[in-house]
Amino acid sequence: MDDILLLDATERYLRGEMGEAEKASFEELRKNNPEVDQFVVEHHFFLEELQKFGDTKQVRANLHDTHNRLLESGDIKTKKSGGSAKIVYLWNRYKRTIAVAASIAGFTALLISGMVTTFSSKSIVQQKQVENLVKKLNTLEQKTNSQNRELNEVKGRIQQTATPATPSAKFEGTCFLIDPRGYLVTNQHVVKNAEAIRVQNVKGVDFKARVVYTDADMDIAVLKIEDDNFKPAGPLPYGIRKLASDLAEPIYTLGFPREEIVYGEGYLSAKTGFDGDTLSCQIAIPANPGNSGGPVLNRNGEVIGILSTRQTTAEGVVFALNSRNIFRALEEVKKDSTFRNIKVPLASSVKTLDRVQQVKKIQDCIFMVKGY
Amino acid sequence: MNTHEQDQLLLNGLATNERDAIETIYRDHYGLIQHLVVTNNGTEDDARDIFQEGLIVLYEKSKSGDFELNCQLKTYLYSVCRRLWLKRLQKYGRFEPNINGFTDTVPVEEDLDQHDEKSQQFGVMEMALQRLGEPCRGLLEAYYLQKRNMQDIADDYGYTNADNAKNQKYKCLVRLKKLFFAQYKNRT
Repeated sequence: MDDILLLDATERYLRGEMGEAEKASFEELRKNNPEVDQFVVEHHFFLEELQKFGDTKQVRANLHDTHNRLLESGDIKTKKSGGSAKIVYLWNRYKRTIAVAASIAGFTALLISGMVTTFSSKSIVQQKQVENLVKKLNTLEQKTNSQNRELNEVKGRIQQTATPATPSAKFEGTCFLIDPRGYLVTNQHVVKNAEAIRVQNVKGVDFKARVVYTDADMDIAVLKIEDDNFKPAGPLPYGIRKLASDLAEPIYTLGFPREEIVYGEGYLSAKTGFDGDTLSCQIAIPANPGNSGGPVLNRNGEVIGILSTRQTTAEGVVFALNSRNIFRALEEVKKDSTFRNIKVPLASSVKTLDRVQQVKKIQDCIFMVKGY
Repeated sequence: MNTHEQDQLLLNGLATNERDAIETIYRDHYGLIQHLVVTNNGTEDDARDIFQEGLIVLYEKSKSGDFELNCQLKTYLYSVCRRLWLKRLQKYGRFEPNINGFTDTVPVEEDLDQHDEKSQQFGVMEMALQRLGEPCRGLLEAYYLQKRNMQDIADDYGYTNADNAKNQKYKCLVRLKKLFFAQYKNRT
């Protein structure tokens, strides 16, 4: 109640409605009581604000009325905007918003893909730790190769054979037959940049080939020899294994890390590949650039994988793509009706032979891939 | 009567919210501002808002008493509206650095800063009144803004006598002050 009395007194004081005596006593109160004084000042300010608010509101209302009145009487006219077409107008109006939205969307996409790459198993950094075993020929080697080739050419001329002169290969790898009619399997990374492919057998004869199918995720490629000089071999000595292999199983590989076919042996050291990759397995085997795409065989002469990469940050850690992926790739290849009759051998015919005899038979089915 | 004296008369009329003065200003200058806004990415409604806000700036200035028009009313109004429209374009992200126009402008930055301050205060009071709700709001507006006498108000709002209404009005005022100062202090 005191508050209201004070409020009433203050308002009367501010409006100048107080009598002389009352005014004097109120001023005395203000002087002696700073709280009252502050209240009066504050209230004065507030009433002014309220008054200003009221006035401005009235002016605004008046302006609004005037606008409508003048619009009705035709003293002011509405005007269509711009002159440019609506769509152009909208574009001009919102182009910044659109640009911002687009860049946010782009940024988010980059962020998410960045996060996916960071948190997924194969990070970019980790990929760097794995090295493809395709052989890139340096100039020196290329020189040697071309010299050899020239020699061969001279020899060829003497022997009157018709081996065509070929330019030097850009990279080399290994591949092997999965169908005696000339279908071969290798790694995708061996052939990915090749404009032309030639394959060369252990005897040094080379044939023109063509890439039929590639899958970068599985790192697998299917080639077909398309050369009149190629005579389909008899049934393949090895089979392709569909099942997974066992740990510690002895294995061997044949490949072309150099111009000559090279034999290497080792064992299956882990059932998964680099960083838990289930498409491949880890093997311990001497492998060098050029071994990529070579078959990994077990003691029965069954292909259990395709040698593909090695870890650069560790010694003797090599990875091979599991052989069952060959079947997966062939399913895709067979969708094209021209390749429907590809027949992959499942059983090995060299099971009972010793290693030397096995290799002797198998090496004829291993080819060097040369990409140009 | 020369243009300057005429303008000054109109300004005085605006300061006291005279209908005729406002109508004259409106009729004489609206077309120019409308053209400015509409040819620079604005709509009909934008033009109306900008022009009316410009007039409010002018109203505030003329009300403050110490305002003297150093140029034509038209030039001043145009400069203010141009600046207001540029600001709004910037706010909506459709900024156009070269706003097209054909009239000279005068610097109005300072005036607009003052206007910003004032329109903020206006907003605070408006918000406080809105939160106060009825019937308090109507009661206070009737008394303080429309300056009606207490007996009238008591009859309208169904109070038995003027003293009751006055008591009620004071209670409402205390609440309004509380709401207002809470906002006002937050702002600064």
